Amino acid sequence: MDILLYLIPIALFLGLLGLGAFLWSLKSGQFDDLEGARWRILSDDDIDAKGSPREDTHQD
Amino acid sequence: MGEGTAARDWSAFATPDEVSGREGVCRLELAVDGITCAACMGDIERGLMSLSGVERARLNLSTHRLSVAYDAAALPAEAVVGRVEALGYKAFPFDPARRDDSEREETKELLRSLAVAGFAMMNVMLLSVSVWSGNATDITAGTRDFLHWVSALIALPAGAYAGRPFFRSAWRALRAGRMAMDVPISLGVILTLALSLAETIRGGEEAYFDSAVMLLFFLLVGRYAERAMRRRTRAEAENLAALRAESATRIDPDGRERIVPLSEIRAGDRLVVAPGARIPVDATVESGVSEIDKSLVTGESDPERIEPGASVYGGTLNGSGALVVVASAAADKSLLATVERLMEGAMEARSQRLDLADRAARLYAPVVHSTAALTLLGWVLAGAGWHQSIVIAVSALIITCPCALGLAVPAVQVVAAGALFRSRVLLTNGSALERLAEVDMVVFDKTGTLTDPEPTALNLGDMPDDLLALAGALARRSRHPLAQALAGAGTLSAENVVEHPGEGLEGNVEGRKLRIGSPVFCAAESEAEAVLSRHPGASVIAVHADGMAPAVAAIVQALKPDAAETIAALKARGLEIAIFSGDRPGAVAAVADTLQIADRRAGLGPEAKVAALHALADDGRKVLMVGDGLNDAAALAAAHVSLSPVSGVALARAAADAVFMGNRLAPVIATLDVARSARARMTENLGFSALYNIVAIPVAVSGHVTPLIAALAMSASSIIVTLNALRARA
Repeated sequence: MDILLYLIPIALFLGLLGLGAFLWSLKSGQFDDLEGARWRILSDDDIDAKGSPREDTHQD
Repeated sequence: MGEGTAARDWSAFATPDEVSGREGVCRLELAVDGITCAACMGDIERGLMSLSGVERARLNLSTHRLSVAYDAAALPAEAVVGRVEALGYKAFPFDPARRDDSEREETKELLRSLAVAGFAMMNVMLLSVSVWSGNATDITAGTRDFLHWVSALIALPAGAYAGRPFFRSAWRALRAGRMAMDVPISLGVILTLALSLAETIRGGEEAYFDSAVMLLFFLLVGRYAERAMRRRTRAEAENLAALRAESATRIDPDGRERIVPLSEIRAGDRLVVAPGARIPVDATVESGVSEIDKSLVTGESDPERIEPGASVYGGTLNGSGALVVVASAAADKSLLATVERLMEGAMEARSQRLDLADRAARLYAPVVHSTAALTLLGWVLAGAGWHQSIVIAVSALIITCPCALGLAVPAVQVVAAGALFRSRVLLTNGSALERLAEVDMVVFDKTGTLTDPEPTALNLGDMPDDLLALAGALARRSRHPLAQALAGAGTLSAENVVEHPGEGLEGNVEGRKLRIGSPVFCAAESEAEAVLSRHPGASVIAVHADGMAPAVAAIVQALKPDAAETIAALKARGLEIAIFSGDRPGAVAAVADTLQIADRRAGLGPEAKVAALHALADDGRKVLMVGDGLNDAAALAAAHVSLSPVSGVALARAAADAVFMGNRLAPVIATLDVARSARARMTENLGFSALYNIVAIPVAVSGHVTPLIAALAMSASSIIVTLNALRARA
């Protein structure tokens, strides 16, 4: 059962990673507008003609 | 002197931007009207970002709110709003004093707690399943202890964090000497964690970490859903308030006119009120002559003529003349203040009323807690030893945990509020559902609730067509509320229009000299008497053209299109109907006769309405009050439960338990139907929870609960309660 000493901390670490990701996304306002977000992904405003990301439209 | 010439002082609506945190960056929150699709979002954001000085522009498509951060030094706030309007949308500012961010923070805290509880529940459950299957086979004591310690490591901090909303509210309730559902919940969680920790330290078999975090998780799901629904409703209501532009045009000492938020108006400020605009606050008229439509405030449908020196109430509608008014110094003696004082008293009384869930907690907590205490005593007396007795007693507490009970009511509230939201009814108070279901009498206000806010003419058919067409031309040049009823006739246009304030309008139409206005002004007193005898309760407006006989139109406020069928449907549900109005007896009787309502009371002021409602309450009646005016606000708060149309004044909307949209009364029926269905589901859920506890207590008291049984029983009961709640869609 020694393997548990490795596997359980790994499992917990991965779980905490997910929790941290969720809390971060909550803090950065990603759940504030669920309606708009699904349309925003279709918009090309955030890339310029050459196809590289533009700086000024980055918002959070 | 309208909004065209007054510069709207947009910077008064801006607040420092805390996101960028830089000096000089301001944030403006706007409700945007006219958004139809996702493309609008891109248009507005792109359009604003192309302005130099704009740091951030974000439109929330769910709430139709626009948040713009801009450099106040480089760009005036007017330019930001001007850009949005140039793009073809209407933007209205939120009054910063009225924006409530605390609710938003609380929702986020619940969501964070929910995430932590979810994480803990999944991981602890993983470990618990291993222990359960190990207990059935050949787990060693060392492995079990290790798994218990890991569980403790996760569950204790998670329980302390995720349980805070319950602990706080339980503490508040206890300090106020009340029993609330959160008290047994908090007690259950804390005792469960403490017992499990003690068992883990002792190296025992039974730890209930999974039950404790699962309890928190289920309850947080219910609480978060309830809060999210309330926030959505609140946001919608705030948008509506902003769209109705609750602001005022102030004349500053330098002579400039600026539009400022209502919260910035102080006593002594000079305000401009444009024709057809609402008077923002209680005030005294300084200059200008007009007539005031007080229907929203007192329920009287006849406009009242006002002159310099007259006092006017906030919320009343200005008629044809522009006014300069001075905000009253004696604000605490104003009608608004009286209404607010009455409202506060009534709200206080209402908060004393106990919700269904708290009533259940009041029964539940003593029974369960004394059962646990007796179990402990019983096992000790039976010679089981202190340790075993405590384990059994706490297990009894865990398995009878108030999880299903805690979900029974909020889950139904969420589902029912969602169903009402789709019928365009915004519920501002979850506990209103229980009170709505008990209603046995519906009291309506007349003006603006049963009737349209705008008046219509009754006897146009009696007037000659050519005279009507002439009158229509002149009426279109008037802002007088009664004249609007004639303005639809004909397509002619009037010239040389002269207004005689308080009397009427004079002008030339098709070469004829024409007057509309009071019967005296048009020399039509005898005709007016004849019309009034046929239409008692109507208001009159006379028309006089050279070379033609004068005519008099009877003007009434027309009933809402579905008023008659709504009243009939309510009667069919066995409800008694009454009208409480501030209007004259004649006007009230006309409406009551049409709708066949026997119980009608006219000429009631705010205090009289409240007194009448209290008298009904003393008779044991559960009254639903439906009203929209300032004079109804106190009555709305005093009634057992209340509804307000969204066209009502802000105070009435704030006092009501729910607000309905649109120009129809049908939502009143929908609200009552959903509430009755919801009430039935709540009762079923509470009944099921009671049944569950009746079955579980003997098992627990006899000492047969294992952690596996506790976990299964608790989640099964929660899921059944939640599924039953879904039936509350009506």
